[in-house]
This record gives sequence, structure tokens and C-alpha cells, in this order.
Amino acid sequence: MAETDSGARAAPPAQRLAAHRVWVTLLTSRLRAQMTYRTSFAVDLLGNLGIALLEFTELWVIFANVKALGGLSFAQTAVVFAFANIAFSLADLVVGHVDTLPRYIRAGTLDAFLLRPASVLGQLITSDVSPKRITRTLGAVAVLVVAVAHLDIEWTPVRVWALITVPVFGTAIFAALFVTAAALQFWLVDGAEVTNAFTYGGAYVASYPASLYQRVVRTFFTFVAPATFTAYLPALVIFGLPGPVGLPAWLGLLTPVMAAVAWAGAVGLWRLGIRHYTGAGS
Amino acid sequence: MTEPIISTHGLTRRFARTTGRGRSRARETVTAVDGLTLRIEPGESIGYIGANGAGKSTTIKMLTGILTPTAGSVRVCGLDPVRQRKELARHIGVVFGQRSQLWWDLPLRDSFEILAAIHRLAPKQSSDRLSELSERLQLGEFLNAPVRQLSLGQRMRAEVAAALLHRPRIVILDEPTIGLDVVSKERLRQFLASERTDHGTTLLLTTHDMGDIERLCERVIVVDRGRCVHDGALADLAALVQTERILVVDLAQPHAPITDIPTARVVGCDQTGVRQTFAFSPSDTTAAEVLAAVSARAEVRDLAIEEPTIESIVRRLYEGQTR
Repeated sequence: MAETDSGARAAPPAQRLAAHRVWVTLLTSRLRAQMTYRTSFAVDLLGNLGIALLEFTELWVIFANVKALGGLSFAQTAVVFAFANIAFSLADLVVGHVDTLPRYIRAGTLDAFLLRPASVLGQLITSDVSPKRITRTLGAVAVLVVAVAHLDIEWTPVRVWALITVPVFGTAIFAALFVTAAALQFWLVDGAEVTNAFTYGGAYVASYPASLYQRVVRTFFTFVAPATFTAYLPALVIFGLPGPVGLPAWLGLLTPVMAAVAWAGAVGLWRLGIRHYTGAGS
Repeated sequence: MTEPIISTHGLTRRFARTTGRGRSRARETVTAVDGLTLRIEPGESIGYIGANGAGKSTTIKMLTGILTPTAGSVRVCGLDPVRQRKELARHIGVVFGQRSQLWWDLPLRDSFEILAAIHRLAPKQSSDRLSELSERLQLGEFLNAPVRQLSLGQRMRAEVAAALLHRPRIVILDEPTIGLDVVSKERLRQFLASERTDHGTTLLLTTHDMGDIERLCERVIVVDRGRCVHDGALADLAALVQTERILVVDLAQPHAPITDIPTARVVGCDQTGVRQTFAFSPSDTTAAEVLAAVSARAEVRDLAIEEPTIESIVRRLYEGQTR
């Protein structure tokens, strides 16, 4: 942020708690608050597992009728589906609630954030956490394990690296999309319907082979809202398959780069949004 | 001369507002704060008053870094509030009477724990301070209760403690006593006064309650339509506008207007003569003396004391200037 922190008058560093303790304290407090409602938490866990099952059933039904989808077999498509769902559900778990920003603005919570000596985005992200979504992640992990076991893949170091890191960087990409969508809310008051198209829409697009979509759609969800980097493109690398027109498979190696770019964009837009909110940009 | 803790020079904030609909849609500029120049020294206690929409909240937002000024300059604790927001947040405490900065679904104690972490207070530092605040504001009985279960009075005391946990040099309170009962108000005022005596904390508060001003503030700044219309000692303001108190009594029996009390005059008497309204100046007498004088003449069944409103003071201020 543009703010400086000289620390001239504050307590000497030795007396201060480490910065990460702030975020740990904030997050554990949210977890504590949620655990006070155990029954509701258990129901939510089941509900999210249900979502994972239902979405996978959709894929199952499609493959009851076709042999291949966008050039991928059932097991291959299941890998794409699993990558996308692991990444999206983890991102949703950690930062999905940032779309509550308009409510925070109306309730004055954002002003309270601004009055504290901590990053506003950090406070927004740690203002909630949804561990209930972990079952959706676990469902997707199960799909990934079974699907990979069914495939005959020649495991080169690059493919192993892709398999391990894609869920991590994919999560980062979806998290950046959530933050970008939240930052846009500074201008679009109550525009969550629009920005959901990038986040939830991106997750849906990412769950299926991008070769299915029209070129303009897949280009958008690759180079603007980089959802295909979370699953389809790296999956092509693992399968050793060429990509469709306009999406060469080597792009799948750039998932970490895309995650960095997406975060740079998200944080930049967030800062502009804060400046707009405090009135410097309007 | 010491460095002022707050200084503004020509501080101005304009908002663009769209009015009308469709074809008649137009943008107009509203000036909420208009060329405000202030200098506040460390340790002062300031009442910042004005009618609704006079520009008080906008000023506070600019002092705390929530809002960027359109023009002019502002320094608080020697810092630029917007650009050095995080650094400034370590030195100021802010209480908004109508919005909470506590975690409503957690026990109150947890809110203090989180705030201590955010301000990166050492464990000893924060536990000492919390026991001090807890004792003075009597938080002990509800420290373990979830914030959502607190009464308004309890919550406001908790809000004040939360804003003061990191021992800020300046405390800004926006309508801290709004909606509180008399006892809670008094408790809060006592605490703020003692905090100032003990730690030299600077106080800046906006209020619609003259009681807050009289009990807490040595200097009063009155704003109207974004401009400073009075800046001086409380005594000057009182002399300037001759603030009168109003005592309304309901008598047990109808009675002719009681006009023979030397320090109070009858300003109202209903047709039955049961409800009579007296005006008196607090510099000449007290409400108790007037009440005693009335009781000596007729049996009093009920009574109410009306404080002059900020609006009436601002109005009288204008009348005084134009006269």
C-alpha cells in the first residue's frame, strides 16, 4: 500500500508481536466463532459434500452418452474437473466471502478496518473463513486420485511437478479472481451479480475441457479471467496432448506465472478501489 | 510552542451528487466542509458541535484517514491521515456511537485480544491495560458474554475500551452517548475525564448532548454548513448564547402560573395550569433550587428537565451575530 510505516513513535519491534500473529489471531477467532454452532457446521459439511457429488454426477451423466468430451476421455475430463474444483473450493474457503464487501461498506465495517493499523484487504480476507467447504475439496481430491489411477500416464518430472503444484497455483488464481471481483464492487455498488460471472462462472468453465467452448469464451477465460490455467491447460501438459486453436498446451506450464499476474492485477485494482472509496480517485 | 496534535488549514471536502432522474439528471457539488482551519494542542478537550449535516462526520473522516480532503491540508499527530493511515492508527482511538468495531459473535474478551494483536501489543502491555480499562469502565461482569448480548450501555463502554486499548494520544468520539441512559452517560463521562487527567489524552467529541460538552470539554468548536462559526472556551459560548435550561413540572392540582420565583421565569403554562414550564440560567441557580421553589408553592407530581439542543445554540449564535 502507499502508506508508510515509520514506526517512529510506536513500541520498539522487540515488544511488538510479529505481523503474522495478527492474521493468525484474526483467523482463529473466526474459526472459534463458527465452532460454537456445531450442528450447523456438520450440516454445512454434508451440504458441501453434496455439491461436490452433484457436480460430479453431471459429468457422469454426460459420459453415459458420449465417449469423449472436447477430445478428452472420461478419466481425463475428471482430472480437469477435479483440479478446477480443488482450486475453486479452496479459494472459496479462504477468500470467497470477500464479495460481502458492499455489506461491509454499508455497515461501516470498512471504516472500522481503515481505523486499524493493518492492511484493509488482509482484514477483509481474515474477517471470515469457511472450513465447511473443505468437504467439497476432499470430494474433488478423491475424484483426482481415482481418475489419475485409471490413466496410463508416463510420469516425467515436469508432469509430477504439474500435478502437485497446479492445485496450489490454481487456488491462488481463483482467490485473485475473488479479490478482483470484490475490488470491482467499489465502483459497481451491488454488482455482485455481474462479478459472480467471473468467479463462479470461471469455476464452471474451468471444470470442463476448454476446447468445448467458443474461441472467444475460452480466450476470455484464459487471458482475462485465467480460469483455464487452473485445470485444463496444466492437465494437457500431464496428458501430453496438444491444445485447441489459440491455446497451445505449453501455456499449462505458466500456471504459476499466471497466478502471480492475477494477484498483481487483483491487488492493483484493490488499491485503486480503496482510493476510490476514500475519495482520492473520484 | 509545541507541535499541535491536530492542525488543518483550509480543509475542504466536496461531494459530487447526482440529482433527479432520466433527462433531468444533473450533477451538483455539495461542500460538506468548507475551508476549515483548526489548531488543537495536545491534552485539549474539544467539543465539536453543529447541527446534523453541518460537516462534523466528514471532518472526523478526514482526520482519521477514511476520507481524502478535496483541498487544504490536515495533519494529525504530525502525520498525513490518508497516506500514513496505518501509522496514525497506532496513535488515535476512534469511537463511532452508531457503529461497532467489536466482533459481535464472540465474547467481548476476544475482541480485546484481537485488537491487541492488530495493534501488536505485547501480552503484558495489553493485559495491564485491559485490567485498568475493565476496572474503570466496569466491564468485568460481561467480559465473557458475546458482544451481541450486551445492552447498549455495556456495548458503548466496551467500544470506548476497545478504542483506548492501545493508549492512543488522541481519542475521537462521534456521538458517544447517543441513546444512553443517564447513569451510563455519567459513567462514560467520568471515565473519559479521568483518562484525560491521568494520561494527558486529547479528546475530540461530537455530540448533541450539552451535558457531554459541559462535563468534558474546555473548548467548543461550532460548525455550520462546513464552516467554523465559533471557536472558544465553553464559558465564552455559554455567555454568548445565554443557554437557558427548561424545567417542566406537572402539578398535582391546577395552579395559576407561578411567576414569583426570582431566578426562573414561566415560559409556558397549559390551559388547566397543571403543566408549567420554567426557564432558568444555570449560572444563576440550579434545577434543584427552582424545583424546591416550585414545590414550596404547589405540590409537584412529575418533572422533566430539558437541555438546550445544539441546534438551538447554533441558532442563537447566529441571532447574536446578526444582531
